[in-house]
Amino acid sequence: MLFACAAASTLVTVGVVLVLIGETFAFFREVSIVEFLTGTRWEPMFQDQHFGVLPLLAGSFLVAGGAAVVALPVGLLTAIFLSEYASARLRKVLKPVLEVLAGIPTVVYGYFALTFITPLLRVVFPETEIFNAASASIVVGIMTIPTVSSLSEDALRAVPNSLREGAYGLGATKLEVSTRVVVPAALSGIIASFILAISRAIGETMAVTIAAGNLPNLTLNALESIQTMTAYIVQASLGDTPQGTLAFRTLFAVAMTLFVITLAMNVLSQWVLARFREEYQ
Amino acid sequence: MSQASLPMGSTESAHDRRRRLKGVAFAWTCGLATLVGVASLAVLLIDVLIDGLPRLDLQLLTSFASRFPERAGVKAALAGSIWIMGLTAVISFPISVAAAIYLEEYAPRNWVTKAIQTNIANLAGVPSIVYGILGLALFVRVLGFERSVLSGALTLSLLIMPVIIMAAQEAIRAVPPTIREAAYGLGATRWQVVKGQVLPMAMPGILTGTILALSRAVGETAPLIMVGAVGFLAFTPQGVMDQFTVLPLQIYSWISRPQEEFRQLAAAAIIVLLVLLLSMNAVAIILRNRAQRHG
Repeated sequence: MLFACAAASTLVTVGVVLVLIGETFAFFREVSIVEFLTGTRWEPMFQDQHFGVLPLLAGSFLVAGGAAVVALPVGLLTAIFLSEYASARLRKVLKPVLEVLAGIPTVVYGYFALTFITPLLRVVFPETEIFNAASASIVVGIMTIPTVSSLSEDALRAVPNSLREGAYGLGATKLEVSTRVVVPAALSGIIASFILAISRAIGETMAVTIAAGNLPNLTLNALESIQTMTAYIVQASLGDTPQGTLAFRTLFAVAMTLFVITLAMNVLSQWVLARFREEYQ
Repeated sequence: MSQASLPMGSTESAHDRRRRLKGVAFAWTCGLATLVGVASLAVLLIDVLIDGLPRLDLQLLTSFASRFPERAGVKAALAGSIWIMGLTAVISFPISVAAAIYLEEYAPRNWVTKAIQTNIANLAGVPSIVYGILGLALFVRVLGFERSVLSGALTLSLLIMPVIIMAAQEAIRAVPPTIREAAYGLGATRWQVVKGQVLPMAMPGILTGTILALSRAVGETAPLIMVGAVGFLAFTPQGVMDQFTVLPLQIYSWISRPQEEFRQLAAAAIIVLLVLLLSMNAVAIILRNRAQRHG
């Protein structure tokens, strides 16, 4: 009985994979996998259909890249501050605040991006479109800060104090201890947190759908409107696409792509953690 | 930002001075980075409060969605959120706790257990929208539950079960082995040990994890769009097979409209959603503190 409950989790994975594979195969019977992976136009709803997933992939990576620029440095520095500099009392206040940041629904971040960040961007860069990748990147970055900071902080705090004391004994300053002893010793945990944060950013849906727009657009200009894989899935399922059509199957093909990418990154993150962990007694 | 003070009478060389100043600069950089997160949260909350507070009144809570922003409210959405939360809890809690008990107390240490464990960790990292696709294919179409509260709750249960399982495992692991050994020493069976000793001690931790996971479910939008929750509904669900909408979806549907009045409405609904989430978090924190006091 209990085993059945634990095994249910495996069934869920099998279910996800079966559902995705089934419909994705049906999709690839009609659209060549080469066109899907290399085509530069994503126009499944038009009369003249094109199924190149690259614009959606580019959109997802553009947003995730921008989010990484915000979340990785801020998250890591926050982790160093919490672990090495902050007093126990300050940490006790700051950590729940950062947890709240992670707990705010993404639709709220979407609202924030659209009504606050975008108008701000348009003051600085007047050519910014109403829906743009940059404001989505910024809010996705903000919401992934806690992922980086809390996992990195765990890694930093797991570094034994004897290492710090040894370095102080050799006359190192606190900066030198932090950046040349503690951070390298915790590097596997820090990198794992980075990969996980990027994977979350790629899978982020609502904030991106609201703020980045719905225009499959192969561009590196973050001030333009784009569409991510996740935003396409939302858009396609909102407009009543009839079941069994090719347009309906695109949902599964895109979701499969998303699933494979995020799963690969999560596995990579766990592997980094296991493979490069420094063991201290 | 502590710096070791210099011993009396010693003079600081230019090199050491540079090192010290660099250290101070770095400390400030780290502190400022921490402020980025805190300040973002503050700005976000203030932005929402300024936009939404003027629109927040009792009428908002007691009216259904409407084409006219001045008459619209969140009644259907709030009721839907509470329905979904309750049903999700009923489905996911027993299964997750059973899975956690199995993995911690019964599972043999072999590759099957390890595979299940890895699998659970990976499931927790799958984007929520992929669960939405699964819900659409499995619950809405194959099992024929249609666009119902049940489909939504089942989908969200799949989404949060890995989170609850891992939290429950951690809580069970935190029960000291001495307790178990003492109970075994008195002749208790394994099930008696679990039921009488381990579960009661682990329960506050399990409940905390469950509430936090549920608050994540309450904030989810994307998977529910996939299983067909709608943004415009003029009734509250009366049973598990009824159509439904939830607060985040209502907010999304209002944000997507260009009129300024709907933006305000969205902000007011966000305040309602955040109050709901904060009260859930407060309950979780109270439970955690109580557990720490007894522990």
